[in-house]
Amino acid sequence: MSIVVRSVSKRFGDFVAVDDVSLEVEGGSLTALLGPSGSGKSTLLRIIAGLEWPDSGEILLSERDATALAPQKRNVGFVFQHYAAFKHMTVRDNVAFGLKVRRRPKNEIRERVDELLNLVQLHGFGDRYPAQLSGGQRQRMSLARALAPEPQVLLLDEPFGALDARVRAELRDWLIRLHDVVHVTTVFVTHDQEEAMEVADQIAVLNHGRLEQVGPPRELYDEPASKFVMTFVGDANVIDGALVRPHDVELLTEPDEAAMEAMIVRVTILGRDAKVELHDDGGAEIVALLTRERFEELDLWRGQTVWVRPQRERVFTT
Amino acid sequence: MRASRDRAGTALSLGFVTTFLTVLVVLPIAALVWESTKAGSQGFWDAVSSPESVAALKLTIGTAVAVSLLNAVLGTITAWVLVRDEFRGKSLVNAIIDLPFALPTIVAGLTLLALYGPRSPIGVDVAFTRTAIVLAMMFVTLPFVVRTVQPVLQELDPEAEEAARSLGASGLTSFRRVIFPNIFPGVLSGMALALAKAIGEFGALVIITGNLPFKTEVSSVYIFGRIESGDTAAAASVAVVLLALSFVLLLSIGVIRHFATRHDRA
Amino acid sequence: MSRLGLRLLALAYLATILVAPLVIVFWRTFEDVGAAWDALSAPDTIHAFKLTLLITAIAVPVNTVFGIVCALAIVRRRFPGKGLLNAFIDLPLALSPVVVGLSLFLLYGREGWFGVWLGRHNIQFLFALPAMIVATIFVSLPFVAREVIPTLREVGDEQEQASRTLGAGGWQTFWRITLPSIRWAVIYGVILTTARSLGEYGAVAVVSGRIQGQTETATLRVEEQYEQFNLPGAYAISIVLALMAIVVLVAMTTIRPKETA
Repeated sequence: MSIVVRSVSKRFGDFVAVDDVSLEVEGGSLTALLGPSGSGKSTLLRIIAGLEWPDSGEILLSERDATALAPQKRNVGFVFQHYAAFKHMTVRDNVAFGLKVRRRPKNEIRERVDELLNLVQLHGFGDRYPAQLSGGQRQRMSLARALAPEPQVLLLDEPFGALDARVRAELRDWLIRLHDVVHVTTVFVTHDQEEAMEVADQIAVLNHGRLEQVGPPRELYDEPASKFVMTFVGDANVIDGALVRPHDVELLTEPDEAAMEAMIVRVTILGRDAKVELHDDGGAEIVALLTRERFEELDLWRGQTVWVRPQRERVFTT
Repeated sequence: MRASRDRAGTALSLGFVTTFLTVLVVLPIAALVWESTKAGSQGFWDAVSSPESVAALKLTIGTAVAVSLLNAVLGTITAWVLVRDEFRGKSLVNAIIDLPFALPTIVAGLTLLALYGPRSPIGVDVAFTRTAIVLAMMFVTLPFVVRTVQPVLQELDPEAEEAARSLGASGLTSFRRVIFPNIFPGVLSGMALALAKAIGEFGALVIITGNLPFKTEVSSVYIFGRIESGDTAAAASVAVVLLALSFVLLLSIGVIRHFATRHDRA
Repeated sequence: MSRLGLRLLALAYLATILVAPLVIVFWRTFEDVGAAWDALSAPDTIHAFKLTLLITAIAVPVNTVFGIVCALAIVRRRFPGKGLLNAFIDLPLALSPVVVGLSLFLLYGREGWFGVWLGRHNIQFLFALPAMIVATIFVSLPFVAREVIPTLREVGDEQEQASRTLGAGGWQTFWRITLPSIRWAVIYGVILTTARSLGEYGAVAVVSGRIQGQTETATLRVEEQYEQFNLPGAYAISIVLALMAIVVLVAMTTIRPKETA
């Protein structure tokens, strides 16, 4: 089921949270809304869910206008950053909630809940209360709860934000696998570009309420549409007003016309790659990323003077 | 559409709340203020400044202020003992603090009379004296300071006190420098609540004070007497004075709360 | 002052003001059990207790509904004048019960704004049950709202939002999510409201007319017995009221820890 966001704007007092954003999400896809905090990504997600309503613009769910629809009528599943677990209910009752309010038959509810608890690997935890679960388990419970009424779209608001790094990585892999099984149109909000790159097949980058760029991860990295996207998705050096990816910084041990003199201040070996940090004449920092082969070949050392030749520079006017 | 439906919900609940409050609280109070101004401002002033009314107001406010000060000191000590001290039966003592909230005030007055009245088994008879007023007011206001200070003390890290002690501060100094600044807003708002309660108290006083004009008659009892004798205009005038005092105290509690939480707000 | 000194001071304070007087009343009552029993079994006393319970049974549910709606409006809704409303619901806590009684007396009295209309339609409001109920509602008004407001703030509205996205409507969300998550605060508020309603004296004294066997509540009966120089009677009724208070107290202490858990 597709989602269409058409010219949506939302203000909170003087603060423009979402500024004329238009976005299409294909049915069955896995899309990330990526941006720093305050970029409007969560507000946009909440507008899609009906938890906020836009000041102007439209939301279409499965090609039907849903702008004025109450959240309970949109058939979306929403997963909150802090789980929003129903503390007074067991895990089983939490998952069954959406089915109970729809007055589904009892045995159907029981089967569906069992199925979902298996899916999120919480079988055997059904009679516990949320307080007795770990953060990762609680988030899986709320995911099962959101999936129970078979929503058209699944919306996740920084779903792994409150978890520690290891559980985070685990749940990330698990979300990708889940999406392969369930195949529900999924949109998730994150401020972590690595997470977005790893999980999503489409990324929408937001900044100050505006949509900067939409596309597959690779496109965003290789063909950033703005300075913001280039610096936010992946690392970038600023050399002579142009932006260069660290792995596009070529190092030479001999002077060259197109190259600039710089001194190596630090060398770090990162497994297969080597990171070389340099200072140019003006003291500006440059980071170069080399393969280990190239690094060994050049035989670089700290304090050495080398020449920097940027490849694939980009100049953005905005 | 969504926004309008939400507004309808707000309007509905607000409509209920304001109608309820208007009929139950606002209109009666408006009627009271209206009655007090019936005889003009001169009539209002005459009623309030009659010797008996002035004597009652002075007695009420003076005693209530003294009681709330006593309450601040003893209540703070009690709260400290309940939080920092350990002894058998502490939870029972903690529960008893709320007794004045639960016990009917008329029963409170009668129980005080049983111990400190003419038939006192310990030979202390303070019935129909100003001491009795102090006792009764202390009874009904006992929980206020304890219950506003206790949670703040509980939040306060005992290590801060210990740190002050380890730095060479005496018990009193560490209290003054470390504990007191933290609990001060709580003490103040507890005192203001106690003051409001003491000024308005009726049930606990009506039996034990004997209601002697110019001697043990407090304002609420005076108002009651005026109603009984059919002089509702005079009763209303003095009642408006008490009403104004209540408003001022509520306002100051609001201000205290505002300042006490200013560090928590960004 | 040493820790022990402070402890003894605090305990002496509580003993002098609270505990000792109550112990004496129990002791005095059991000195003369016969008189106590006579006073308690008198038809007027039984009527007085029934009346107190009836008033409480009406005032408590009314204030519970009001308190919950009021707390929801203050915490969850945005509207101008919220600060004023927030301040106003506290007024009954700070106001003398006699002033409350007088205000109602003036509004519903023969010449009052409502009293004229009521008189014309021959409705006995003042010096009758309705005025006593209204007076009790007034003095016990804020307790439920005051308990529920901080709990609602603490719980937040994420669970309610989750419920909406799962397909529950406004009512379903209220009954299944909001109410269960504030239930202990509501119960605590109800207990306080009950205690206040059972014990109300001043406001009811003004508006009831204190007619024996008709508009006399249990607390009014205590005073009446005292006026009649029937001390054992006054003590006996007080004991029953005090026992009710102790039940309330026990309920309060058993619920308070759950609140914080």
